[in-house]
Amino acid sequence: MKYLKETATLTYSPEKCTGCGRCVEVCPHNVFSMSSGKAVIGDRDRCMECGACAKNCDFGAIYVDAGVGCAAAVINGILRGTEPSCDCGGTSGSACCC
Amino acid sequence: MKILNTIDPAQSLKPLQGGGACCGPVLSMSGGAAMRSCPYKGGYPEWVTDEITTAEGPVPVAATVLTTAEKFAHLRARLTNFRMRFSIEPGLYAVGSPDRSSDIFISANYTMSFDILRASLHGMNAWILVIDTGGINVWCAAGKGTFGTEELVKRINGERIAMLVNHRKIIVPQLGAPGVSAGQVKKRTGFRVLYGPVRAEDIPTYIENGYTASPAMRRIRFTMKDRLVLTPMELNPAMKKLPYLIFAVLLVFGLKPEGIMFRDAAAGAAPFAAGAVGALITGAFLTPVLLPFIPFRSFALKGWLLGMAVFLLMITHVPLFMFESNYLTAVTLVFFPLLSSYLALQFTGASTYTNLSGVKKELKYGLPVYIGGTVISFLLLAAYKIHEWGIL
Repeated sequence: MKYLKETATLTYSPEKCTGCGRCVEVCPHNVFSMSSGKAVIGDRDRCMECGACAKNCDFGAIYVDAGVGCAAAVINGILRGTEPSCDCGGTSGSACCC
Repeated sequence: MKILNTIDPAQSLKPLQGGGACCGPVLSMSGGAAMRSCPYKGGYPEWVTDEITTAEGPVPVAATVLTTAEKFAHLRARLTNFRMRFSIEPGLYAVGSPDRSSDIFISANYTMSFDILRASLHGMNAWILVIDTGGINVWCAAGKGTFGTEELVKRINGERIAMLVNHRKIIVPQLGAPGVSAGQVKKRTGFRVLYGPVRAEDIPTYIENGYTASPAMRRIRFTMKDRLVLTPMELNPAMKKLPYLIFAVLLVFGLKPEGIMFRDAAAGAAPFAAGAVGALITGAFLTPVLLPFIPFRSFALKGWLLGMAVFLLMITHVPLFMFESNYLTAVTLVFFPLLSSYLALQFTGASTYTNLSGVKKELKYGLPVYIGGTVISFLLLAAYKIHEWGIL
């Protein structure tokens, strides 16, 4: 299953990659793989912007505008004039995040 | 009661003095103050089967076989808001009889997360460090940052884990990685983070393979069963809003020049109440379950398409929806597929592969359509009423 085409904000700078393999390890959608000692991006459309790769890259080679792809959170954000908020209000919310 | 003999007192901050029992029966040799504060003042929960005494204080031992009552609690958490208070006390736990060389697994204090982990560790000897995520599961808490570097570092240092083991590695669930910087944890605690498999059930294989997860173990799946268990919490909140919609429709159909007639209201509103339930089932249940089989990648389009198919069937095959008035047929085909679409879009929050940028894009195009469609539906209803009253 893949989500919308070419929307993910994932960017990668191969020149900063040291080949530690952390991104390959943490990505739950197999976006990264190792090729001749460096990470390479396979199918970007599989990226869910969880941010695990960027968070665990000690060399700043990966950037992603991380967040949770949850419509309720985005609507919450619009209504409150804030960033998308996963706070479903405790008693109401859908399965969103919690 | 077990005494952990493998702890070398000389290496501990404080020599083994027997340690006070945490919440269980007080040890006869009790006297030394526990160095780790006990979260269970009122006694241990039922799944604590034993207590290990260490130089750093007592550690409760958790059962690794789940009881029927515990499985029932999982079901309850899936179905209701019980999930919001389904948590355990953060802190250090044990399974089996761990010693200084035993692995340390990290978990969240959402009871289901912890239960699935301890059940997966059946037959093993290990430590489990439960960090405070506010009772939210690992992945969601990692997304919010509560399952994160700060809390993890605080717990590792606060629970004096380094005094308990002779190694410097912790096994963090892979889905905790969005909140945890392995590099930072290493720098601030000395512990190397090994990311375990996505699913706790793969842990025994992961350990057997020398702490290596196969690519399949690293990937999140989203099977029909995975999707099915998530639908109750989509249906539940939507159901709660249903009475408002039905009330509004009753009002429209009851409204007569003479006042509000409730007998007319019930007959006129019946198809719309049924339609709302139909849209709800289509958008919040059928679309999630059939997700990969419905064309388009967009959740909004998937929900709309299935809604349209369902309501086209309704107006051609179900007598309740075979209206004499074309206005009512139009309302049915405008409003309910859009309601289904909106509800399907909500499932992005539960899905394991949607991203924030995509959801924003869907809403950018979707919201104006939803609002426009609702306005058009009300205008169509108004036109129907005007026609019915014979004003024009």
